[in-house]
Amino acid sequence: MASPYLHLLAAQARSQLSYRASFALDLFGNVVTLGADLLAVLILFRVTPLLGGFTIAEELLIFALAATAFALADLAVGNIERIRLYVRIGLLDALLVRPLGVLPQLLVVDFGLRRAGRVVYAAVLLAGALVYAQVDWTPGRVALAIVAPISGAVLFSAIFVAGATVAFWWIESGELANALTYGGRDFTAYPVNVYSGWFRRVFAFGAGFAFVAYYPALVLLGRPDPLGLPTGLGWASPAVAGVAAAVAAFVWRTGVRQYRSTGS
Amino acid sequence: MSVIEAVGLRKQFTVRVKSGRLRRTRRTVAAVDGVDLTVERGEMLGYIGPNGAGKSTTLKMLTGVLMPSGGSVRVCGYAPVPERTRLARRIGVVFGQRSQLWWDLPLQESFTLLRHIYRVPPADHAARLRECRSLLDLDEFLDTPVRQLSLGQRMRGELTAALLHGPEVLFLDEPTIGLDVVSKQAVRGFLAAQGSRGDTTLVLTTHDLADIERLARRLVVIDHGRVVHDGTLDSLHARYGSRRLVVVDLAEPVPDPAIELPGVTLAAASPDGLRLTYALDGSGVTAGELVARLATTAALRDLAVVEPSIEEVVTRLYAEG
Repeated sequence: MASPYLHLLAAQARSQLSYRASFALDLFGNVVTLGADLLAVLILFRVTPLLGGFTIAEELLIFALAATAFALADLAVGNIERIRLYVRIGLLDALLVRPLGVLPQLLVVDFGLRRAGRVVYAAVLLAGALVYAQVDWTPGRVALAIVAPISGAVLFSAIFVAGATVAFWWIESGELANALTYGGRDFTAYPVNVYSGWFRRVFAFGAGFAFVAYYPALVLLGRPDPLGLPTGLGWASPAVAGVAAAVAAFVWRTGVRQYRSTGS
Repeated sequence: MSVIEAVGLRKQFTVRVKSGRLRRTRRTVAAVDGVDLTVERGEMLGYIGPNGAGKSTTLKMLTGVLMPSGGSVRVCGYAPVPERTRLARRIGVVFGQRSQLWWDLPLQESFTLLRHIYRVPPADHAARLRECRSLLDLDEFLDTPVRQLSLGQRMRGELTAALLHGPEVLFLDEPTIGLDVVSKQAVRGFLAAQGSRGDTTLVLTTHDLADIERLARRLVVIDHGRVVHDGTLDSLHARYGSRRLVVVDLAEPVPDPAIELPGVTLAAASPDGLRLTYALDGSGVTAGELVARLATTAALRDLAVVEPSIEEVVTRLYAEG
């Protein structure tokens, strides 16, 4: 018998497809959003030939890696930000009385299939950027081109989950979580060396955003890091994502325990 | 082994109370304050009490949703929170206002999904579903999306959903709330049939007194987080002095309607003195003796004996608390 989660996922897809027009519009809207972001990059390069020392081909690769990672994370766990609503309407109680894990149930019962459009679009963009940047392919680089977006997606997912969980018992934290997730998406879309000071330290290394697109892109392009750190850092993406996932799991468990001891 | 064993079950919540412009003080409130409860297999238990008495909180602790602050609790032999998923296969839960169904899908699909979630063998699932379909008349709306069902239809779906994995204990939080009379009857009849088979234990909270009379052979009354009564409906009547009323209509008024008999008090008299209501507390004379005595002093036109209503008892119980 297939996993119950797969059945739940399929059911969720059928639910969303029961509103066909709305689904199509959402799919379309998601693609337009990403198109607007891409337009911003293209306009930027109308006024400058280099951004932080990177050409438009190199920047597009960073942009596409970041967009793919974020789109994957948003597809997988983006709906978790609605957890406060779930608590209020009692969905969390309903999930707690079923013989399945709470987090996977939450993710599949409101799986945003409509966000799939953005993943497809970002993946196409990534393929294009890899060709355009004329990557000198080695087996290692091929592997990294696949692993990096997935690691980035795990990192973004961890931040989504941890941020939403904090909102569990601290309502005002919603904006903070958004600063990290959507702020992180915009941060990762550009070379890290265009930012400076404590802001760069916090976002690039504190939150690990430099490992989503910047360092993997350096490895793929065979470029040294303008910041002087070893280029091989791109290979650390999976490890950074693993640490972030562990932290998020801990925060999530604490949040659920808190919920069960205090009620809604 | 008892199906439910709770000893000294407690749940405290910390609330922050505004005390001044910016200051907030923390205050601990005991929602459930030392509940002892033992329920045997096949019992039908009504768990009642005023709003905020701690009914839902108790139910959430028994089903593994909330972690108790103190005391011990085992349901079907499991500690509810640490062994949540194992317990979940053995219990069914119906929260009156929280759905277990998939809003946008036909009702039937929810049942199929639950079969996968609980990993019920297809044959068992089909047999239980067939039974629920005929007892609850589900056939006419099995293919309707849940969002289009009436409240009564949805509740019948919820009941089926909670029973498809063959739970040993069925927890029902206000199962008839908001239903129309016909749906209420259908739900009660179905639950009574489930309970009478003796292998499913029923625990229900309700404000509906008809639910209690129909479904609860044992009543546990909770108030301010404590159990104030645990026993049958009859023992509740006896304890809270439910009074049987004897209403007599007279042909003409009598000068002194009060009667000196043990256990009898004049409860009401109509302005014209033609209708007298006597209350019997059950400790003294019977209704028959009272009527015999009345007949010696007045000409009776009609009489009626009104049984004590649970409504009256519970109202009094709530008022005391």
